[in-house]
Amino acid sequence: MTNQDTQLLKVQNLQIEGLSEDRWKPIVKGVDLTLAKGEVLGLIGESGAGKSTIGLGAMGYVRDGCRFSGGSVEFDGVDLTKADRETRRNLRSTRIAYVAQSAAASFNPAFKLINQHTEFAVRRGVMSRDEAQRDAIDLYRQLQLPNPDEIGFRYPHQVSGGQLQRAMTAMAMACRPDLIIFDEPTTALDVTTQIEVLSAIREIVEEFGTSAIYITHDLAVVAQMADRIMVLRHGNEVESADTETMLNAPQEDYTKSLWAVRSFTAEEKPEVSEDAVPVVSLKNVTAQYPSMAQPVLNDISMSFYPGRTVAVVGESGSGKSTTARSLMGLLPPISGDILLNGEPLAPQFRKRSKAELKSVQMIYQMADTALNPKQRIRDIIGRPMTYYRGLKGKALTEETRALLADIELEPDQYMNRLPSELSGGQKQRIGIARALAAAPQLVICDEVTSALDQLVAEGILRLLDKLQKEHNLAYMFITHDISTVRAIADEVVVMQHGKIVEQGPKNAIFSPPHALYTDLLLSSVPEMDPTWLDRVLADRVSEAARAYLVE
Amino acid sequence: MNGFLHELRKAPLTAQFGCVVVLLYIFVAIFAPMLAPFGESEVVGYEYEPWSAVNWLGTDSLGRDMATRMIYGARNTIGIALLTTVIAFVVGTTAGFFAAVLQGWVDQLLSRAVDVVISIPTLIFALLLLTIFGASVTSLIGVIALIYATFVYRIARAVAMGIVVMDYVEAAQVRGEGLWWIMRKEILPNAAPPLVAEFGLRFCFVFLTISGLSFLGLGIQPPAADWGSMVRENASLITFGDLTPLIPAAAIGLLTVAVNFIVDWMLHKASGLKTRGK
Repeated sequence: MTNQDTQLLKVQNLQIEGLSEDRWKPIVKGVDLTLAKGEVLGLIGESGAGKSTIGLGAMGYVRDGCRFSGGSVEFDGVDLTKADRETRRNLRSTRIAYVAQSAAASFNPAFKLINQHTEFAVRRGVMSRDEAQRDAIDLYRQLQLPNPDEIGFRYPHQVSGGQLQRAMTAMAMACRPDLIIFDEPTTALDVTTQIEVLSAIREIVEEFGTSAIYITHDLAVVAQMADRIMVLRHGNEVESADTETMLNAPQEDYTKSLWAVRSFTAEEKPEVSEDAVPVVSLKNVTAQYPSMAQPVLNDISMSFYPGRTVAVVGESGSGKSTTARSLMGLLPPISGDILLNGEPLAPQFRKRSKAELKSVQMIYQMADTALNPKQRIRDIIGRPMTYYRGLKGKALTEETRALLADIELEPDQYMNRLPSELSGGQKQRIGIARALAAAPQLVICDEVTSALDQLVAEGILRLLDKLQKEHNLAYMFITHDISTVRAIADEVVVMQHGKIVEQGPKNAIFSPPHALYTDLLLSSVPEMDPTWLDRVLADRVSEAARAYLVE
Repeated sequence: MNGFLHELRKAPLTAQFGCVVVLLYIFVAIFAPMLAPFGESEVVGYEYEPWSAVNWLGTDSLGRDMATRMIYGARNTIGIALLTTVIAFVVGTTAGFFAAVLQGWVDQLLSRAVDVVISIPTLIFALLLLTIFGASVTSLIGVIALIYATFVYRIARAVAMGIVVMDYVEAAQVRGEGLWWIMRKEILPNAAPPLVAEFGLRFCFVFLTISGLSFLGLGIQPPAADWGSMVRENASLITFGDLTPLIPAAAIGLLTVAVNFIVDWMLHKASGLKTRGK
């Protein structure tokens, strides 16, 4: 067999342009890639690197407002950039499939999963409706979905995010395509769910010998999935090699900088003295939404000391953010106390005094929705200063400038900009500045780095650490990312189902023995080692077997 | 201003046409006393005189100059329609934002009250209220503004509902900002584009309603000139093949079309719709 026969996809000098402000600007600037049958290629890079555009381009598709401006995409001998609509359409549904990042947004909410699954196979005449349904149930079983016989007959909103992502993978498999494009399929999922989806995807890709392009920004994930990795930046290839080589001996500086995961770690701080008064403490807080029968928070106690960081970790729905909302007075507790410098705080934020409100400030996860798009930076930062500290005129301008310099943004350049004129990392810096403008004692950081690229996120963590030292701030750091916790936490609180599973100093939590759930959480965090997934799965199987035997 | 001219140059031809027409109307309305050859209700000749060098568009049923009354009509009709629309927007937007921010029983109370008003056909409700309060300019403005405020309320509330859930509004609330500040600084700037577009559209409706009421004799009262009643007063001329009564009607139609062109353009800009790449 020659090389020519085994090659499924051959992309040569692919160039794609996007229309922005009435001008065509290059997004992908001449990328070559080849994919053999049964091979999995990982595309990795930061946001804006052109990963998804290339992924879609490999299907002969460009988004609205984009166009192919050069090069070719040859799939099994057909150039998709030049093929007519009908040819591309036929290839796409039966021989090339796509798994999108957000399955929740990609399924039609008005149809049952199995009907969406079988639609193409039936319409293309690949199989009859009954056959397709039976096949779908088989696939659901293979992807380890619970109740495979029945789950397809649910609507998308009736299954969880991880299940939906697996259902989407099953759907992509419906016609047994030769090529599947996975576009960040696990990015929106919790680590414990991610691991299930990853193993399911890998198993099924291996079983059917499907070729795949796996797009992600998470190195550890791509290490588990891909045979070969290509690193992209600004629409150009940085380098590519097989996974083993790429992980152990990257050539380019950029790749090395990506590989140097979390080079930043905050220095250890001395223990809190016995008689220190916490800035804020929660005492046995229980909270409940009026419409729900069960409390969302159960008996939560934690304390925040000046100059120290408490990291609250857990999966989505564990009550991390709800704890913060309760503390802020947005969801008043039904029992328990919130103390500020030892004095009780009113449960409702409307009943708290200006000085009390000033002491606790929040930085939001999505800087995009947290900053008013119609206000200029000087107003966004200036308002808390005026409101809480009565600064006006020249004093206000000076303070604003000082604060901008503090968050490492050039005051002259940024004072009068609108949020839309900033990058994601810069927006988050403004979010931080707005919290600091109030001169608070406790700052709640709600997943502040999870929407950012790794290098940018690290810059934010460094900044937060610097500001903590300068202003002796207490941080409540909410995150689902264990490596962030390792980098900055002094104390760790692990939450699940609205309860605290374990809490204590970082070193105590991260060294065994830990609670069962903490163990699950920690072992689910992907590692750069390509054998990690196999190892963890093997461990879990043997543990389950042991548990079964003990019973 | 320069920015506006620049935008206008890039605007489609229809929007440019709309702007020119509206500016022309405004010009005529403002400078009516200077432009008009006679006084507003001055009787200058016999009834129904044909078009001539002195009375360009002839005279009406009482012998007043039609061209003069057309010019003054612009002033009355557009001025009252504009004032009414502005009041409707101030009231409707404030109430809508109020409901969106406070929610709960305030929202329920306002929304259901608005539902009741909307469930009655506009023109019939206006006729009813005008019969009760009498057909003066003040009550005309009040009644129409009230009715149209309900439509504005619904759109303002819907737009604000989408904005209230944003983190920046929550941030302002937790900061301790008052209701007025949140409505004015956080919500209004972000709700402005759809509201501006709606303003243009509602202005047309208000204008047509007032013209309609005037035609029925309940709108702007004689001897003040307005296009709606001018159509009514001279309608019988059509039976004699004279097109004069259609001129005020055409003036109404032209303004409606022009405003709609502008609104279309603004809606496109506000919704951020781009022309699709080929």
